[in-house]
Amino acid sequence: MNPEEIRQVVLEILERIAPDEDLSELDDSVPFRDQMELDSMDFLDIVMELRKQYRVQIPEEEYGHLVTMDSAVDYLTPRLKDASSPA
Amino acid sequence: MRYDTIIIGAGLSGLAAGIRLAYFDRSVCLLERHTTIGGLNSFYRLRGRNHDVGLHAVTNYAAPGTKTGPLSKLLRQLRLSWDDFSLVPQCGSRVDFPGCSLRFSNDFSLLEQEIAESFPSQIDGFRRLVAHIAGHNETSLDRESQSARAVTGEFLSDPLLIDMLFCPLMFYGSATPHDMDFSQFVIMFKSIFQEGFARPREGIRRILKHLVRKYRELGGELRLRAGVKQILMDGERATGVLLDDGTVIEGENILSSAGSAETLRLCPTLTSANETDPPGEISFVETIFSLDCLPASLGHEETIVFYSDTEKFRYDRPTDDCDISSGIICSPNNFQYDEPLEEGCLRITALADPDRWMDLPEEEYLRRKEDWCSRIARAALSHIPDFQPHVLDTDMFTPRTIRKFTGHLNGAVYGAPGKRLDGRTPVDNLYLCGTDQGFLGIIGSMLSGISMANAWLLR
Ligand SMILES: Cc1cc2nc3c(=O)[nH]c(=O)nc-3n(C[C@H](O)[C@H](O)[C@H](O)COP(=O)(O)OP(=O)(O)OC[C@H]3O[C@@H](n4cnc5c(N)ncnc54)[C@H](O)[C@@H]3O)c2cc1C
Repeated sequence: MNPEEIRQVVLEILERIAPDEDLSELDDSVPFRDQMELDSMDFLDIVMELRKQYRVQIPEEEYGHLVTMDSAVDYLTPRLKDASSPA
Repeated sequence: MRYDTIIIGAGLSGLAAGIRLAYFDRSVCLLERHTTIGGLNSFYRLRGRNHDVGLHAVTNYAAPGTKTGPLSKLLRQLRLSWDDFSLVPQCGSRVDFPGCSLRFSNDFSLLEQEIAESFPSQIDGFRRLVAHIAGHNETSLDRESQSARAVTGEFLSDPLLIDMLFCPLMFYGSATPHDMDFSQFVIMFKSIFQEGFARPREGIRRILKHLVRKYRELGGELRLRAGVKQILMDGERATGVLLDDGTVIEGENILSSAGSAETLRLCPTLTSANETDPPGEISFVETIFSLDCLPASLGHEETIVFYSDTEKFRYDRPTDDCDISSGIICSPNNFQYDEPLEEGCLRITALADPDRWMDLPEEEYLRRKEDWCSRIARAALSHIPDFQPHVLDTDMFTPRTIRKFTGHLNGAVYGAPGKRLDGRTPVDNLYLCGTDQGFLGIIGSMLSGISMANAWLLR
C-alpha cells in the first residue's frame, strides 16, 4: 500500500472505533486525541485492528507513533508496503 | 479442539467478553448451564406473556451519538450501533420517604432543584458533593475502599437526605448492607442520577438478541445446557473444564462470570473459597403484575418509585421473609415510547432473606409466595394509585428462583461483598468477570466483560 492507501486504512479503523465522530475535517498533523474522544481503550483498539487486519505487530514502546495521522502513516508505510489495500 | 478462552456463563458479562475475543480472532467457547442466555437478566414466557427476569431500566442512559460515558464506550468496544439497543428514555422517577419526596429524571437539574426546595440548608453541600464525585476516578481497578457514608457525611448533614440519595443507589447496586464502597456509590450516582434510565421497547430480549447475533457472526461458539461441574487443573494452572454431562473442554484461559465463591468452588484444589470470598447475602423478591389497563390511565405516570416507609432506610438482610417497609415500584410502560406497550405492567421489588426461602417444601413455598405477593401489593399503595382491581395475572420470583437459574449462592443479585477488581484469582489463568469483578448492572456487567477481556485475554 502507498501512504494514501494507508491513510485510508487508518481512517476506516477510526470510523469503526468511533462511529459517532465526524472525521471529514481531521487535521493530519494534530493528535487524534485532541480532535476526537479517544480514551486509552480506543487507542489500544487502533493497534489491535491493525494486527487483526494486516498482521502488523506494534510493540507497546512504539504506540507513540500512532498519535497523529501523519506520524501513523510514516510509521506504517515501510511496515505495510507489501500489504494489499482492502478495496 | 483447544480454545484460546473458555467463558463460564452466557450472562451479559460473558457475552460481552465473548464478542471482544471473537472479534479479535480468538477461539472462544461460551458455556451456559441454563437453557437460554441472559443470566440475571434473562427472559421467559409464562401463561402467554413475555416477561423479563430482571430488567427495570437500563442505567447510564446517553442520547444516540453521545461520544463519552459508559454506554458509548460499550457500544464502541463491541462494534454495536445505538440502534441495536434502541433505548427509550424514562418518563421520570421519584424517591418517596415519609413526609418527603424527590423527583429525578434524565435531566440532572431536576434533582438539584428538588433538593434545593426540600433541603435548602443542604443544597450547597450537595453541589460540593457533586463536584467531588465528578473528580473521582471510580473505575480505576486498583482503587482503595472508602465508606460512602463517611464521604457523603463530609458534605451533607441531614440524615433524611442522605438516606434518600442512598436508597436508589443501594437498591440498584450494593452488595453490602447499610453502606457501600464510595467508588461504587459514584458509579451508581452517575449511572442513575446523572445519566439516567431507559429501556428498549422489547425489553432485555432486544439487547440479548443483538449480543448473541454479533457473537455468532464473529465465529464465537455458544453451548447451552452446558453447566461446568469442575475446573480441571494441572498444578497451578487451569487446563479446561468438565461439564455436567462428562464432556471435557480444553482451554488456554478461563474467564468465569459465575461469581467468585461459586467459581473457586469449581476448583477441586481450592477448598477455602468460603473464607476468602464469602458469597453475598443481599437478595430480593420481585412480583410482576400484568394489568388490564395502562398504569398511566390510573394516574401513575412515573417510571420508577423507590420508597421507604421509615425515615431511616434499612438496606440489609431482613429478619422476616421479606422487608416491605421499602421497595422499588417500576412500570415498564412508563418510558417515552412512540407507541405504548400492549399491556400494562407493574413490577415491585423488596429485600428478602435468602435462607428463609431456600429450602421450603414446595407447598409452603407457594403459599408464602402468594401471601407476600398480596402484602407487597398493599404496601405499594401508599406510593402509587390502587391497581389491584386491574390485575390480570401475577408472577413472583424469590432468592430461590435466582439461585436455581443463575447458580448465584443465596440468590445474591449483586454478588459477593468483596470484589476482585483486577479479575485475578488464585489460579494463574482463571479470571473473573461480571458482578464479582465489581462492575454490575446491565451496562456495568458488559463493561466488566470487556475490561477483563482487554486486560488479560487480548494482550
Ligand atoms: C431481579 C433483578 C432485577 C434487575 N434489574 C436490573 C435493572 O433494572 N437494571 C440493571 O442495570 N441491572 C439489573 N439487574 C442486575 C443485572 O441483571 C446484573 O447485574 C447482570 O445481569 C449481571 O450479569 P453477569 O454477567 O455478571 O452475571 P450473570 O447474569 O449471573 O451471568 C452468569 C451466568 O453464568 C451461568 N453459570 C453459573 N454457573 C455456571 C456453571 N457452573 N456452568 C455454566 N454456566 C454457569 C449462569 O446461569 C448465568 O447465566 C437485575 C438483576 C435481578 C436479578
